[in-house]
Amino acid sequence: MKYLDEFRNGDQAKTLVARIAGLVTRPWAIMEVCGGQTHSLIRNAIDQILPPEIEMIHGPGCPVCVTPLNMIDKALEIAARPDVIFCSFGDMLRVPGSRADLLRVKAAGGDVRVVYSPLDALKLARENPGREVVFLAIGFETTAPANAMAIKLAKQQGLKNFSALVSHVLVPPAIDAIMNSSGNRVQAFLAAGHVCSVMGFLQYHPLVQRYKIPIVVTGFEPLDLLDGIRRTVQQLEKGEAFVENAYSRVVTEVGNTVAQVAIEEVFQVTDRGWRGIGVIPYSGWSLRDAYCDFDAEKRFNVAHVETEEPAQCRAGEVLKGAIKPHECQAFGKACTPRTPLGATMVSGEGACAAYYNYGRYVQITKVAHT
Amino acid sequence: MTASIEWQGPHCPAPLRDYPHVVLGHGGGGRLSTELIEQVFLAAYGDKQTLLGDSTPLTLPSQRIAVSTDSFVVRPLFFPGGSIGDLAINGTVNDLAMSGAQPFCLTAGFILEEGLPIEHLVRIVEDMARAARAAGVRIVAGDTKVVERGHGDGCYINTTGIGMLPADRQISINRAQAGDRVLVSGTLGDHSMAIMSVREGLEFESAIRSDTASVCELVHQLIAACPGVRALRDPTRGGLAATLNEIAEASRCGIELDEQAIPVNEVVRSACEFLGLDPLQAANEGKFVAIVPADEADQALATLRAHPLGQFAAIIGQVIKDDHHLVVARTAMGAHRIVPKPLGEQLPRIC
Repeated sequence: MKYLDEFRNGDQAKTLVARIAGLVTRPWAIMEVCGGQTHSLIRNAIDQILPPEIEMIHGPGCPVCVTPLNMIDKALEIAARPDVIFCSFGDMLRVPGSRADLLRVKAAGGDVRVVYSPLDALKLARENPGREVVFLAIGFETTAPANAMAIKLAKQQGLKNFSALVSHVLVPPAIDAIMNSSGNRVQAFLAAGHVCSVMGFLQYHPLVQRYKIPIVVTGFEPLDLLDGIRRTVQQLEKGEAFVENAYSRVVTEVGNTVAQVAIEEVFQVTDRGWRGIGVIPYSGWSLRDAYCDFDAEKRFNVAHVETEEPAQCRAGEVLKGAIKPHECQAFGKACTPRTPLGATMVSGEGACAAYYNYGRYVQITKVAHT
Repeated sequence: MTASIEWQGPHCPAPLRDYPHVVLGHGGGGRLSTELIEQVFLAAYGDKQTLLGDSTPLTLPSQRIAVSTDSFVVRPLFFPGGSIGDLAINGTVNDLAMSGAQPFCLTAGFILEEGLPIEHLVRIVEDMARAARAAGVRIVAGDTKVVERGHGDGCYINTTGIGMLPADRQISINRAQAGDRVLVSGTLGDHSMAIMSVREGLEFESAIRSDTASVCELVHQLIAACPGVRALRDPTRGGLAATLNEIAEASRCGIELDEQAIPVNEVVRSACEFLGLDPLQAANEGKFVAIVPADEADQALATLRAHPLGQFAAIIGQVIKDDHHLVVARTAMGAHRIVPKPLGEQLPRIC
């Protein structure tokens, strides 16, 4: 695949690893913010070829994982209504709420559909004027522009039977929260390339100044990740801290201003609960008053739904980088992809699922070769 | 299409063409049922004597047989490269071939939904007849039921097949041994992505076609050239990842793959990439995995590649000793990761 295979070249990866090894003089803990980066690191087994001094801590950047439990429960309550067609991205379907997940609501008769774009939900609303079509609008800054456009279009087209259950989250406040959390070990961040493609990276300068930490905008392919790590280690070793763009083929400093205008028109910054972490001030987007008619929480009166996490689940500590997935007592026992206690075990981008599926808890090196 | 099934017989007061759609009466056992059988099924299968009895006496050419049954519920019914009719024949025929059996005959049971266009049923049945001829099997018994509209997905098909098995043939997924080589007969994921490309709500334009085909001829050429073949398995649902994990568990061994050697069509790779799906977990309908002793691996590869259905065959790994019975892949980065058995259906990722 053009523009992908070039960034998956094994020989060049080895060269980059050697360059990183040449730079490292002591241990460093680097957090990759985005779940897509975690997935790529583990799937390509990059964490195994890095010098032992480099510890990758898997951050909270999986939108499926951090969507708060009460939001999932609200989704389940709405999706179970007979008058509703409930639309969601595929990997939200298996995320456990406190009593069920969307797949089970579907099995019990709920009309739950997987869509690839919020525009597909709009189409369903036009085609089914007698039913309420609800779209679960979650994700980081990456999915927000398309969700904002869909809601904007719904208003323009006067679609009365469309609404969105909005639970958007933002990266910079999460970095802020991690740096302020007790016992934080993170010394540098790989910023999520696709978030920055929308928002640019101007927002990261104040964080660098406040915490004196390198932040390197990084892509998702093996060579992108290794180059991001190399630049991060270079800054750390030199005692430098600045925002650096290692993903310039996609990201510019100011980002996608058209997308930003759409977001600004539809959404406003709000305090947001993060599953497993708690409420982070100013860390999410909710609908502006001008679009409150499209707010599914209000339309279906589910604002009262409040629920608690299972006590056994330590996903919050995993998301903050305090523990590795396999250090949780429930990992691989009470908690597996079949019986997930927390969302980090569900999503392909969740750190726990990545560890479980790709086997970091088993010593692969022990596999006897013939 | 309907023109080709126009029936000219003397005793039919309501020719089938007057029913553009399947109605409940087509499954009622009366005259409508008879018309459907004669004008759709017999017209395609052309074996009136065999199919009209309550049961079919068979004389089997050998004492040792293999039996396999499979039900087909694909949506949509027609997709690039085939239809549910092709799958219903090829799926069961291929399952028989995986034990080294030569498919002999099949039964076909239909559950039709009221309202299914007769024209669609005719196309499906014609696809079945063509696929059966290509695989060299006869359809020797059949059944049709009709369920009310809304209680089915247009058409479900079950096929059960019998294949002839030579007395000395021992091919089974519990026979893999450390040192054996792992081969696949061609590119992976084509069927799954062909279905995805036309599934409601996910449509995308592509040149991807399902790989649905009978692999019997290819399998028998392989067995003739490499009599030591230990195990065969077709990676349908769950894809290569599920199939290899099943072999590893059954044979109590590990499997080590070279990820870069696994053949995946370029367009399929791209589609998987943007849908967030894993080609190793994607379904195939005309491919198989072969476990062969190391000293027969080159011969096996050459035999597969000499056949049109095996031209992209590859040696993708080897069987290893491993008490955990894991399937691991050596990535392009030179390190290993586990290839897990998929949990259920793959769910497209958010971003």
